[in-house]
Amino acid sequence: MTDFLLELRSEEIPARMQDKARDDLARLFAAELAKSGLHAHAIVTFATPRRLALIARDLPEATAAVSEETKGPKTSAPPQALEGFLRKTGLTREQLVERDGVFFAVIDKPGRATADVLAEAIPAVIRAFPWPKSMRWGEASLTTESLRWVRPLQGIVALFGEDVVPCEIAGVVSGAATVGHRFHHPGVITIGSASDYVEKLHACHVVVDQDERRSIIALGATMAARKAGLELVRDEGLLTENAGLTEWPVPLLGRFDEAFLAVPPEVIQLTARVNQKYFVCRDSDGKLANAFVCTANIDAVDGGAKIVEGNQKVLAARLSDAKFFYETDLKVPLEEQAAKLDRIVFHEKLGTVADKVERVAKLARWLVEEGIVKSPSPLVGEGRGPLASASGKGEGDVPSLTPPHPSATASLPPSPTRGEGNLADLAERAARLAKADLVTGMVGEFPELQGLMGGYYAERQGEDPRVASAIRDHYKPVGQGDDVPTDPVTVAVSLADKLDSIIGFFGADEKPTGSKDPYALRRSALAVLSIQSSNKLRFQLSEVIEFLRRIYHFQEFHRALEADPIASVANVTKPIRKFKIDRSIDGERLVVDGNTFGPFTAGTLKNLSDRIHFWGAPLSSLDGDVLSFFADRLKVQQREAGVRHDLIDAVFALGGEDDLVRLLARVHALQAFVGTEDGANLLAGYKRAANILKKEGFAQPAPLPGREGLGVGRPEATDARSPSEPTPAPSLPGRGEAATYDAAPAEAALLAALDAAEPAAADAVAHEDFEAAMAALATLRAPIDAFFETVIVNDADPAKRLARLVLLARVRTAVHTVADFSKIEG
Amino acid sequence: MILTLHDYWSAHGCLILQPYDMEMGAGTFHPATTLRALGPNPWNAAFVQPCRRPTDGRYGENPNRLQHYYQYQVILKPSPPDLQELYLGSLAAIGIDFTRHDIRFVEDDWESPTLGAWGLGWEVWCDGMEVTQFTYFQQMGGYDCKPVAGELTYGLERLALYLQNKDSVYDLAFNDAEGNQPQMTYGDVFLENERQMSTWNFEVADTERLFDLFRKATAECESCLEAKLPIPAYEQAIKASHVFNLLQARGVISVAERQAYMGRVRDLAKGACASWMEKNGWAA
Repeated sequence: MTDFLLELRSEEIPARMQDKARDDLARLFAAELAKSGLHAHAIVTFATPRRLALIARDLPEATAAVSEETKGPKTSAPPQALEGFLRKTGLTREQLVERDGVFFAVIDKPGRATADVLAEAIPAVIRAFPWPKSMRWGEASLTTESLRWVRPLQGIVALFGEDVVPCEIAGVVSGAATVGHRFHHPGVITIGSASDYVEKLHACHVVVDQDERRSIIALGATMAARKAGLELVRDEGLLTENAGLTEWPVPLLGRFDEAFLAVPPEVIQLTARVNQKYFVCRDSDGKLANAFVCTANIDAVDGGAKIVEGNQKVLAARLSDAKFFYETDLKVPLEEQAAKLDRIVFHEKLGTVADKVERVAKLARWLVEEGIVKSPSPLVGEGRGPLASASGKGEGDVPSLTPPHPSATASLPPSPTRGEGNLADLAERAARLAKADLVTGMVGEFPELQGLMGGYYAERQGEDPRVASAIRDHYKPVGQGDDVPTDPVTVAVSLADKLDSIIGFFGADEKPTGSKDPYALRRSALAVLSIQSSNKLRFQLSEVIEFLRRIYHFQEFHRALEADPIASVANVTKPIRKFKIDRSIDGERLVVDGNTFGPFTAGTLKNLSDRIHFWGAPLSSLDGDVLSFFADRLKVQQREAGVRHDLIDAVFALGGEDDLVRLLARVHALQAFVGTEDGANLLAGYKRAANILKKEGFAQPAPLPGREGLGVGRPEATDARSPSEPTPAPSLPGRGEAATYDAAPAEAALLAALDAAEPAAADAVAHEDFEAAMAALATLRAPIDAFFETVIVNDADPAKRLARLVLLARVRTAVHTVADFSKIEG
Repeated sequence: MILTLHDYWSAHGCLILQPYDMEMGAGTFHPATTLRALGPNPWNAAFVQPCRRPTDGRYGENPNRLQHYYQYQVILKPSPPDLQELYLGSLAAIGIDFTRHDIRFVEDDWESPTLGAWGLGWEVWCDGMEVTQFTYFQQMGGYDCKPVAGELTYGLERLALYLQNKDSVYDLAFNDAEGNQPQMTYGDVFLENERQMSTWNFEVADTERLFDLFRKATAECESCLEAKLPIPAYEQAIKASHVFNLLQARGVISVAERQAYMGRVRDLAKGACASWMEKNGWAA
């Protein structure tokens, strides 16, 4: 058993690619060996900026010999068949084995020397290597067929035991020679075998094990900070990156001018980390200190004095740039910045960022005015603004919204003075300023500071602190474990922003599919759910959709009209009720409120009108899509909390439920119920009833249409008639209606139980007391069990049979008062 | 320093060329780089190129950012196998001591959307400061480089900061005091220039005239292409590119338009490259 060492030396490999490259090397190498039936006892890999190495332990000297038997023609077959077989196998008649009247060829394959297998495996691995980005180089690159590697490949060390495994690829010939540290040890070093590789390199100032370099940096940086009386801010990503940039890491502490601490600490940390890969430090109060730790790649003869000096200079220049941005940005009021958002396209079909801001601002205000987002303690002067009535439920008309385009400042609510502003005004103002930092210099430089910078600027520019923190936090929560906003102003803006994106992108037919979710809508939906559950917010998605639809409709109109240079009706301010497109021989005309615009070239209005029509019509399909999207997210979110996904389905399948908090309350009650003996038995009884009904063609009732169907309204639980019922529908006895024959005792008992349970359950649901609804259903369990035990549904008397089927249908419908039990598993 | 680099690269087989007499955003725009990177012929050259980046202007207030500065440009085609060693040799030649300074090759993939070009390489750090852009060109003007050229772009001011141990570019000594010539700093020569040019770039430049210039350069480029004159066509593409940079500094190009303008310049540059390939009879 012998160890094998492979080192692929290259010009500097990007730090971010090294971890995956190690995995790929091990995987590809193992796969190549496996083709010859070889397996290493263990494979370890190393990566530095200049080399990728692998040690495979305990390989045999040769692959095992194998004997393969191939079946040939029958002995009775014509001679041509035999000749063909001999040609194919390269054997003679005498070498074949005869068994049961059939020829067999037995070919013994001798084992191959492992070194030979390796010599073929190395170039194969190199050629197949999946670098995220690769390149050509040198003279060979005259053709595009030349070898591609992450950077020019410089050398190959391939030692099986102490012997070189000879191979060549793209002019690079394998050997035992490599190089040490670029500056400490520029000469060639010769490796003896896998066993001295790590030590020999170490002697030449190369720590080949990335984890070791990581620990050296972690420890060295911590110590350097401690020596200065500071605490290092740990950053795992930076540790890995610096380990990937060095072969001989030496952490060094440097300082910067205290004056830069006037810049927000997040900016300093980001500048240091992103641009310079420095760690930052905290002082004993936990505040950012004017110090950093950089990781050099050499032991400098002056102890690093020059290196620290140089790095300090660079950071000072970076920070002075950041300070320049910060101070320049501070001079421009956010309101003024917000006015520039109409230059940034949010999405081709959803308008500019200014359009989005307009929608978010209106929705944020609406969320407050509808009482969905409330102050924990009522604010003085809170009340319904003038927009509240306009956002009401009028049929088909467009709410009287201020046009989104004319100077955004014009539609800003007055800056409320501290403490007395009402919540709706604060929410609207925060929403209108929330995206303003996107056009600031700082966010242009560091996009990841969006929100945060807006918060700083708002605070320094004298905005209400609640507005400032809403601007800062309105992107939250970003992913699981992030803080969930609780301040009502932030909640309103954050929720409005996310709902607008989800509904808008669904409307633009940009739904997430499979692994594709370019607008992170799944994350947004999860964020909506966490905000909702953390703050116990109650709203119906369909109402939000309807509210946004009107704004979208209005904005589409404006875009359509503004896009039309001929009619120049850009400043139409009154709400437009109806439009139509007239097509005639000279083109098409847009008719709005009796005014005709055009003619336009045929087809120009088509796209616009499609979009306008889309948002102009009530969107039942959108409702359904968005709802089931949320239901899916809800399942994901609740999985961790141990809520069964099938129960969410069971409640969701009833349709019409778009208040997710209520939906979840019902699911919780259901989960508790099906865990009880009553629940489990009722489920079994239900399934039995449902099966019989299915066999007899009593279709499942369709989901009850509209939100009247369930929850808020009284469910028509006692009526099994529905459009999907087979026709002609059997005539069904109404509640308590006497059957035309003498009912069996169990039958009568079930009928009576239903008469009592149905209204009780429906009533409880209407009051959102789902435990009580379950309890009402539980009373059905015993009568159902008794019914199945003593009554035969399939009675010879068709009247009895029908009546009993109808009874079972009533059971099914009654159960559906709380959930579609057919969706429950088990 | 420039003379040392000239000596060094001349000794390593490079032609020593002069700056191109047009405003450009990077030395790579010099036709000796862009056009010569195409086609199969070997090409080794070194030259200084002044660069103008209007948006980088800081009114002379940032010690490290200038809207006008100098790059030292080396192109070696095909890229020699020891290019990294050659490069380090040039740093040693201008006096960088590798026992005291930390030289690093940090991933930086280069892409010029306006030239339709990209390459892989690094930014070379000296004690954390980027002093050189090191690139293996893979494509130019949308064409695969066959063979690949290696390009080195030295930031001359930044290197001088190290060699002279200064904190601000404006404090760099421009000369040694000799005879009746007093000692002059980089600031003495360029500070006022930076102030005035920043003001012009950001605040004054007449955007209507700039838009007009852009249109004219575009039109001129197109007529050169029609006349099958790739070199003057390429010059007009450079001009359009610089005018576009000025318009950006004036903040009159929206995000959506930006892409469209860059695409326009790219089309011109690509057109010039295509015409150059055709004129030389090179296949794509």
